[in-house]
Amino acid sequence: MSDILSIGIGIFEQGFIYGIMAMGVYITYTILDFPDLSVDGTFPLGIAVCFVMLNNGLNPWLALLAAFAAGCIAGTFTGLLNVKLKIKNLLCGILTMTALYSVNYSIVGKASDFLSMDVTTIFSQTSFIFGGVLAPYAKLIVILVIALVAKFALDWYLRTKSGFLLRSVGDNEGLVITLAQNPGTIKIIGLAIANGLVSLAGAVYCQYGRAFNVGSGTGTVVMGLAAVIIGTTVFKKVKFLRITTGVLCGMVVYKACISIALALGLRSQDTNLMITVLFIITLMLNEFVFKKKKAGVKKDA
Amino acid sequence: MLKLSNIYKTFNQGTIDEKVLFSDFNLTIEDGEFVGVIGSNGSGKTTMLNIISGDMPVDSGSVMLGNEELNHVKNYKRSRKIGRVFQDPSMGTCPSMTIWENMSIADNKGRTYGLSFGLNRQRKDFYCSQLELLGMGLENRLNTPAGSLSGGQRQALALIMATMIRPELLLLDEHTAALDPKSSDTVMMLTERIIREKNITTLMVTHNLRHAVEHGTRTIMMHEGSAIMDVSGKEKENMTINDYLKVFNEISIECGN
Repeated sequence: MSDILSIGIGIFEQGFIYGIMAMGVYITYTILDFPDLSVDGTFPLGIAVCFVMLNNGLNPWLALLAAFAAGCIAGTFTGLLNVKLKIKNLLCGILTMTALYSVNYSIVGKASDFLSMDVTTIFSQTSFIFGGVLAPYAKLIVILVIALVAKFALDWYLRTKSGFLLRSVGDNEGLVITLAQNPGTIKIIGLAIANGLVSLAGAVYCQYGRAFNVGSGTGTVVMGLAAVIIGTTVFKKVKFLRITTGVLCGMVVYKACISIALALGLRSQDTNLMITVLFIITLMLNEFVFKKKKAGVKKDA
Repeated sequence: MLKLSNIYKTFNQGTIDEKVLFSDFNLTIEDGEFVGVIGSNGSGKTTMLNIISGDMPVDSGSVMLGNEELNHVKNYKRSRKIGRVFQDPSMGTCPSMTIWENMSIADNKGRTYGLSFGLNRQRKDFYCSQLELLGMGLENRLNTPAGSLSGGQRQALALIMATMIRPELLLLDEHTAALDPKSSDTVMMLTERIIREKNITTLMVTHNLRHAVEHGTRTIMMHEGSAIMDVSGKEKENMTINDYLKVFNEISIECGN
């Protein structure tokens, strides 16, 4: 029984950590309509920045902020490539991701490393609050709080004037131009926030897993997209939920699927194949649902 | 005052498809004029609008609005003074955002888009009153996404949004062409009313001869990059649709269509 419980807790912990990342992917993929592959580099960037800061005994909360800022810078770089140099959006992400591989390596100085046990993290700092019954949920509660702060901050931003522009630039760039605003600048802001969130998720993951691996970003964007698609299709039907909540839940569902598959005997080296299959299935479902919706709109017009 | 002087524009320069469109084209529009522009396809109507809005560069010549030379001003910066409604109804609104959100975002034009609340609650009644005038029932659907409105409704909303903050110049790019005849007339009536009320200098490109003749204070007929007909005031009042058609047919025969 306690095994199942701890697996369940693990699913939620990882689900919410990667859920923060998925909210970043939601900004680029859904709102900006920009398939941003930088994510595969900015997630380990967050891990790397956080790893080095913790190793040097810096405040773990400060490390989260620093990782967020580093992600913003990387996102800005992707945006500048696209807006100023007019490089195709997919390629911009690939370029940033490739560059970050080297950057992440040089930040930490080696391909993989572990945090020693005496390093302070946000979890070791807060564990004293949760005693007794709550002890097994200590990490989960901390992660949930961070994920919710990120979610509410994003919700709030999307309802500001600046957020309105962000939503319209992916929807109808021409309208933004008629409002006398530079759509390029708005795109860059969106990419910065998105990659900031992804990098923040990486930093939380670093403190959770206490390890750095330069290749740990592979497949991040696909995972994020899967959660976004689960979140925006399945959870859209639940009226009172915001899409950001749907995305967070989508990631938990996704992590649960992977855990179940592993429990049913899937070898861990096959997970990436499994991820891809799951992704294609959700995409197919999405296409089906989306097409139906589009036909409905046409009839209305 | 809008002043286009000595505009030159050639497409596909140096290739076998080279097409000289404007060669020393000049046009002056006084403040408060409502100009209808008609002409066949390829006559340069839309190109002229794109040159004014900054979406297309000129080979040479100058575009002046008021006392400002616009040649090197980027398209989005020109939008501070210029409003525009496009032929495609989906281009004037944000489909995933609600009517209320769309109107709020348009209402903020010319100010900064910062971190204050995006939805304008103080002006809700004003937005409703504007929508009521359309008689489309949109005032009861403030929270409906603009993407689920019909073409005519969207175009009416786009027109309200484009003129919410009074522009110095309004460009209408065949804005009724994609609508059915009834919606087209409704949007045209709305256009006329807004332009009169706010006294906006307007340049309207249209394929609908009747709209150009019945509305507006001046009519220009374009043909192969020049204004072959330019009537206003008394002269315009005395012209009938048939007079325009006669000229239009003559140039069409010339071209062999």
